[in-house]
Amino acid sequence: MEYQEEDFLLLSGIQHFVFCKRQWALIHIEQQWQENLRTVEGGILHEKTHDNTIKEKRGDLIISRSMRIFSRTLGITGTCDVVEFHKSRDGVTLYGREGRYKPVPVEYKRGKPKQGNADVLQLCAQAMCLEEMLLCDTTEGYLYYGDPKHRLKVLLDEEIREQVKAICQEMHELYDRRYTPKVKPTKSCKACSLSELCLPKLCKNPSALAYMKKTISEIEVDK
Amino acid sequence: MRKLLNTLYVTSPNTYLSLDGENIVILKDEAEALRVPLHNLEGIIAFGYTGASPALMGACAMRNIALSFMKTSGKFLGRVVGEVKGNVTLRKTQYRLSEDEGESHKIAKSFILGKIYNARWVVERATRDHGARLDVDKLKGVCQTLANALKLVEKSQDLEQLRGFEGEAAAQYFRVLDDLILQQKDDFYFNSRNKRPPLDNVNAMLSFVYTLLAHDTAAALETVGLDPYVGFLHRDRPGRISLALDLMEELRAVYADRFVISLINKREVNDGGFTRMENGAVIMDDDTRKAILKAWQSRKQDEIRHPFLQEKMEWGLVPYAQAMLLARFIRGDLDGYPAFMWK
Repeated sequence: MEYQEEDFLLLSGIQHFVFCKRQWALIHIEQQWQENLRTVEGGILHEKTHDNTIKEKRGDLIISRSMRIFSRTLGITGTCDVVEFHKSRDGVTLYGREGRYKPVPVEYKRGKPKQGNADVLQLCAQAMCLEEMLLCDTTEGYLYYGDPKHRLKVLLDEEIREQVKAICQEMHELYDRRYTPKVKPTKSCKACSLSELCLPKLCKNPSALAYMKKTISEIEVDK
Repeated sequence: MRKLLNTLYVTSPNTYLSLDGENIVILKDEAEALRVPLHNLEGIIAFGYTGASPALMGACAMRNIALSFMKTSGKFLGRVVGEVKGNVTLRKTQYRLSEDEGESHKIAKSFILGKIYNARWVVERATRDHGARLDVDKLKGVCQTLANALKLVEKSQDLEQLRGFEGEAAAQYFRVLDDLILQQKDDFYFNSRNKRPPLDNVNAMLSFVYTLLAHDTAAALETVGLDPYVGFLHRDRPGRISLALDLMEELRAVYADRFVISLINKREVNDGGFTRMENGAVIMDDDTRKAILKAWQSRKQDEIRHPFLQEKMEWGLVPYAQAMLLARFIRGDLDGYPAFMWK
């Protein structure tokens, strides 16, 4: 199945979705956003990497910044911080370049490597977009973390690709229903930039009507 | 909860609001009178014929700072609204509900239950705090009537019935509002509510404070993505922020009226600060307006525990919390809209 362009979802949403489906829905369906220190720092970091006027070629390596990417099969669109094209015999030809190249996405993250595989899934989705657009294979990518200033190699195996597909499909299902799911509040709610908008307590199914009934019925008691 | 930011009130009419970098600069006779960083503000309310630069209006719209213009009397003139926030689905659901009498009635019922509950609490609280100076039997009688009104409202079948019960309850409550004024009785009395124009000091203060509250409530609704002009209890009327007025119902007594009464009882205002026109209309002087705004700002900082969310927050965030709960109900997170019922 292929998605229409207007139905594309933001690739960066995969991160939100893996962190919390409700957070993703609040941002991407309800269009809510609230900056906090982390999001602002992330924004500053990306401003630098997203300067696509810088073109670099170093020997057998071409570095492209802020490359717009999409996948019709996943129905997502986004921007790669950096895509490196490595000269390789099993690569593909590029317009206006000599030789064959293999794309390697590099995603920049502030802070430390996180628990969980949200960053890996985002990177893998980027790779899958590149494969679809360039008709090539990617086998690996890199996650660059600001702390320590170091990049980690990530192998993009079949298992992680299947996860990306499943996530994209679920995102589209929720989006089509314009449905904001309730989820269990967790410790990570504290780190969530949207907790003030989300009101995680509302996920515990409190009944507003019961609250009102009870409050009113207590009037007689204190008389 | 969200952080409560400040509201800047500009009360001198001969000023001009301009933008300099990330600051609002207030010019008086072309000289800089005040400079405040915008990131500390969530609202700017200008009284009188104060000018503002388009650059400042743009900056406010972009940062979601509610910029409103009022006449010196406190009458609302207009406001600068930025890009519509939130998603179209939420607003469409709001419109759909507002056009459905039955659904509107359900939501309006919550507003009115909250309104009567809180009005009753204000009266009840007065009997506890100042029992020795009050006709407690009379006030307790009103409390009982209001408790009965709650039952009637709960059983009401449609909007018309609801409005009827609400009107009766409001009349009962206003009947004893004057009793709660315990100082400066010669100058501050309340017989009935009048607003166009206010004919006594108390009504002048009430009108002014309601305007402040309406500004905050409308801004809160916009922040959560709801349309403040489309209400459930108040029907649409061009230019009227019906939903903000709906949401305000439950806050009038407990937030606004009580605030006005305490200003009088604590002698923070006095008769000298009001001017009577030939036709009986009462106008507040600049100093009185300033004193009220100052007290209002400090009232907003007082911390409370939200009765439904069970979360600590400032009074000033209550309109925002309620707007959010309303949005969450419309989105389907809650089975009803939980009115703010103060204990």
